[in-house]
Amino acid sequence: MSGKIYLYPMWIRLWHALNAILIILLIISGVSMQYTNPANPFIRFDIAVTMHNISGMILTANYMIFLIGTFITPNGKYYKLTLKGLIARLMKQFTYYTFGIFKHEKPPFPVTKESKFNPLQQFTYVIAMFMLVPVVIITGWALLYPEVVLTKFLSGSGLRVNDFIHVIIGFFVSFFMLVHIYFCTIGATFVSNFKSMITGFHESH
Amino acid sequence: MILLFKRWTRNVPAPFMLLVFIVMTMSLNIKAQNNKKAENAAFNEKCLKCHGQSKYRYINPESGSEVTKRMYIETIIPRDLFAESNHKNFKCTDCHSAEYDTFPHPGRLRMESKYACIDCHGGDEAYAKFKFEEIEAEFQASVHSTKHSDDFNCWMCHNPHTYKINARSDEKIKDIVAYDNAICLNCHADITKYQMLTDKVNPNILKKHEWLPNQALHFKNVRCIECHARTNDSILVAHNIQPKSKAVRRCVECHSTNSILMASLYKYKVQEGRSKSGFYNGVIMNEGYVIGANRNYYLGILSLVMFGFVALGISIHAALRIIKRKK
Repeated sequence: MSGKIYLYPMWIRLWHALNAILIILLIISGVSMQYTNPANPFIRFDIAVTMHNISGMILTANYMIFLIGTFITPNGKYYKLTLKGLIARLMKQFTYYTFGIFKHEKPPFPVTKESKFNPLQQFTYVIAMFMLVPVVIITGWALLYPEVVLTKFLSGSGLRVNDFIHVIIGFFVSFFMLVHIYFCTIGATFVSNFKSMITGFHESH
Repeated sequence: MILLFKRWTRNVPAPFMLLVFIVMTMSLNIKAQNNKKAENAAFNEKCLKCHGQSKYRYINPESGSEVTKRMYIETIIPRDLFAESNHKNFKCTDCHSAEYDTFPHPGRLRMESKYACIDCHGGDEAYAKFKFEEIEAEFQASVHSTKHSDDFNCWMCHNPHTYKINARSDEKIKDIVAYDNAICLNCHADITKYQMLTDKVNPNILKKHEWLPNQALHFKNVRCIECHARTNDSILVAHNIQPKSKAVRRCVECHSTNSILMASLYKYKVQEGRSKSGFYNGVIMNEGYVIGANRNYYLGILSLVMFGFVALGISIHAALRIIKRKK
């Protein structure tokens, strides 16, 4: 079965493209601030900070567009998790990725107009878009306005806790990004999923 | 009399006698302490009755009437600040001429040369640990000294009548920061004092620091000298104030584990900050709003391990896909 389905409307493609650029900029600047030697940084510290701040602010606006778009267009239905049988479906997809794919089996949940994401995709996208990204946005803004952060949290500094959450969630967003890009190579061809996000048409296996 | 006392003591229980004895001893001690303090205070009061306030009175010998005059602001010594200062135990005449005890004061006393810090503190074993000689050398190299020659002396920042040392006390860092910054602002935020040494217009500090993120937080939590003086590990407080072109402007110089703040104020508050784990407890947990909170050593290692696992997983999967691809 091979064919093309129009899955990604223009606004989603534009949102996705901007989101991708911003997340990449945020990861690059974040990694530079986190790991590189201050005396010889990958990106000069003040530039990295500015880059991170501006990208984060635009990302916030872009996230708002995603939220509004998801609630007012049919796009929201793809993110509705059905809890019943979820684990079994996740396992089935996981088994496909770990074994079935190497035996050239058909994907257990083929992409249709009604179901854009496979269960594992849907689950991770829901976690990423409705948990990780909002938390990283809120803690990021709190770092820009440190006076709003609780001075003391339990026995420690509120700012430190806030910072930790931001950095740790940032790591998870980075992991998501790496895995997401890699999994995009698993399509009808190596580049077909990347093309889809430009043309809007999904090419089935 | 003695007989009466003996009779009375015989009838009074021993614990009560002990209590009376303790109270008497304590009151004598307090009296002795007060006397010690009062001795110089009483002596200095001869000066402070005029110089301790904004006005003074005297009888004009010509007319015989009492005259009230305003005290020249530079010669007012606030009693409370002097009583808390490092030099509180001195008599006024330890540093000033004894001839000041006559009024009107002899005019030539205005030309009296004043002591510099080093005159008393230099070469004295008792003060060796404070390294006044090194402080003097640092000051001589500083922009304050090189730009203003002898016009600028220790007293400009350390008023001998009110100055008290802060950094070694148990006060909160924020209070120390405020006290120390007030010393700079005394001239840099007051055009009349600033222009005592120059004809230039005093730059607006808020505007000059507009580039600084979270300006208000920095001003409350960081001393001016942290960025404007060259640190010297061997003395407590840096005195080599640098020209503005050499001031610290790169965030990362402070906001990292290699923080220059570690070498200065925070070094004395958080000695344990030298070790990797101690840096966290010592610097992040303190009251100062600094310092590279996300530069956690363990978090860095953990994240790298996790990044490694993700990369390894992807590589293995990709390799298997290539190996098992349809021929």
